[in-house]
Amino acid sequence: MKKIEAIIKPFKLEEVKDALADLGIEGMTVSEVKGFGRQKGHTEIYRGSEYTVDFLPKIKIEVVLGDALVEGALAAIVKAAKTGKIGDGKVFVSPVEEAIRIRTDETGEKAV
Amino acid sequence: MLKRTSKLAFLAAILATAAWLANPVAAIAQDAPSTTIVAEETTAVVAEAAEEPPPYTTAEQLAEMPILYPKFMIDNLWILIAASFVFMMHLGFSTLESGLCRSKNTVNVLTKNLFIVAAGLLTYAAVGFSLMYPGDSWIAGKFLGFGGFGIGYDPTVTDPETVFNKLTPAGYALDMTTWTDFIFQAMFAATAATIVSGAVAERVKLLPFLIFATLLVAIAYPITGSWQWGAGWLYDMGFKDFAGSTLVHGVGGFAALACVLVLGPRLGKYLPDGSIRPILGHSMPLAAIGVFLLFFGWFGFNGGSVLSADPVAVSLVFVTTALAGAAGIIGAMFTSWIIFKKPDLSMSLNGALAGLVGITAGADTVTPTSAVIIGAIAGIIVFVSVVLFDRIKIDDPVGAISVHGVCGIWGTLAVGFFSFDPEHKVMTQLIGTVSVVAFAFIFSLIVFGALKLIMGVRVSAEEENEGLDIGEHGQEAYPDFQPVAES
Repeated sequence: MKKIEAIIKPFKLEEVKDALADLGIEGMTVSEVKGFGRQKGHTEIYRGSEYTVDFLPKIKIEVVLGDALVEGALAAIVKAAKTGKIGDGKVFVSPVEEAIRIRTDETGEKAV
Repeated sequence: MLKRTSKLAFLAAILATAAWLANPVAAIAQDAPSTTIVAEETTAVVAEAAEEPPPYTTAEQLAEMPILYPKFMIDNLWILIAASFVFMMHLGFSTLESGLCRSKNTVNVLTKNLFIVAAGLLTYAAVGFSLMYPGDSWIAGKFLGFGGFGIGYDPTVTDPETVFNKLTPAGYALDMTTWTDFIFQAMFAATAATIVSGAVAERVKLLPFLIFATLLVAIAYPITGSWQWGAGWLYDMGFKDFAGSTLVHGVGGFAALACVLVLGPRLGKYLPDGSIRPILGHSMPLAAIGVFLLFFGWFGFNGGSVLSADPVAVSLVFVTTALAGAAGIIGAMFTSWIIFKKPDLSMSLNGALAGLVGITAGADTVTPTSAVIIGAIAGIIVFVSVVLFDRIKIDDPVGAISVHGVCGIWGTLAVGFFSFDPEHKVMTQLIGTVSVVAFAFIFSLIVFGALKLIMGVRVSAEEENEGLDIGEHGQEAYPDFQPVAES
């Protein structure tokens, strides 16, 4: 089992979700995050004083899935989330030791 | 930085030109025939009524009079409605201040605003009303008077003539009951104190602030009010402050300045290298709602200050008030756009209030055109003032000192420049406004300074970082949202 963490631009969420659904992957967790990589922030002004906003809003999608589906999922995510402009985000893959479905106590790949 | 300085200089040039233009415009304004008649007639009616006693001594007699009774009823009704409008302004202040402060301090801001309504109404009933309108009971020249505790109506007296004469202040030519007179003025009293709550927000300790606000509204506000509206020394001098640019807003604004000087700025606002770190308000929608509510309430604040439902005077006041507020928005918004390349919403909101404060001294005695100019200049002044106060490290989260203090003075002086009544002089206006705001400032320095020595007026650094809602109230404003405290 692997966990895919994808940090994407917020308005791309629907597209990525649909792309994963097309592959049969329907479980995921989404959080609103802030961050930056090489994308610089921007300057704002409030009541006459300027300040820089370095942290930009992003969406983080976490999906845990069986090894067989990982390659396809990665390709789908990257294709759906790409705009070609700076700040598109990143995807990380990490191994998962255990997974449990709370309702049924199933474990392992049956739980994801 | 250099570009900005030259832009500020450019703005100062516009301001100077506008003030210079004001004189010929004011001259044109004085030629306006219909409005001069309004001023003359109003003065004549009031003078006449003050000379003669009213032709009724009991409620039954008044109810018989086919013209005077309906007039009494309509005047009285309008003042009650206006009092409700002014009450709404507290909702406006609450939402505006909440919106411009951080979410972690919202409960504290709301508590201060709620308490001030209570303290204002109760102290005004107990002592404020009689301090402000001593009638003939002056104690120290025309500087201090006191008409006794309570609002002057003893329900145990049953003789109908006495009851009636106490219930209607017909003795000074007002067609309304004493209750109405009281409640309208009581609503004003609390608005002066609530101005301070915005300036000291996010770091003031709750209890000393409540004590200070109570003393300000119970003692300072009615005393300065008595100088003018209570027929004190400023009234004798010919000072004009229609609805309180100085007596309400100037008092609040300069009390706020004194408190902010004693209190100090918020942590992290002014960095050691001299730069200013903006502390963002948590809800622009709340702030905007607040300003719209205040604008709405101002129609009662100014409209009711006519003290009757006189259709000409009240409708003129509605028009000048609305136009000045509108011009204030434009003045602030476009100044922000020119100087900082973007129109700042919070500054534009301040601009609306600045225009309204600016017209408050002379809403019944200037032409609509003059109202626009007064409002526009107020909008520019408030923008410059907010920026300058920040530059000299005076931290005012909502701009209360600029909107109410600085523009309160402008509004008062504007009467001297723009009024179509030749009796209004700039020098008189200047003396009046300076003496009142100086009193408020010194009073506040002493009282708030004393509170600082006795119990401290500022929360600890730890509490300020965590948020006053937890520290002072043990509550959160948005428990479901779990907002992230920035700093």
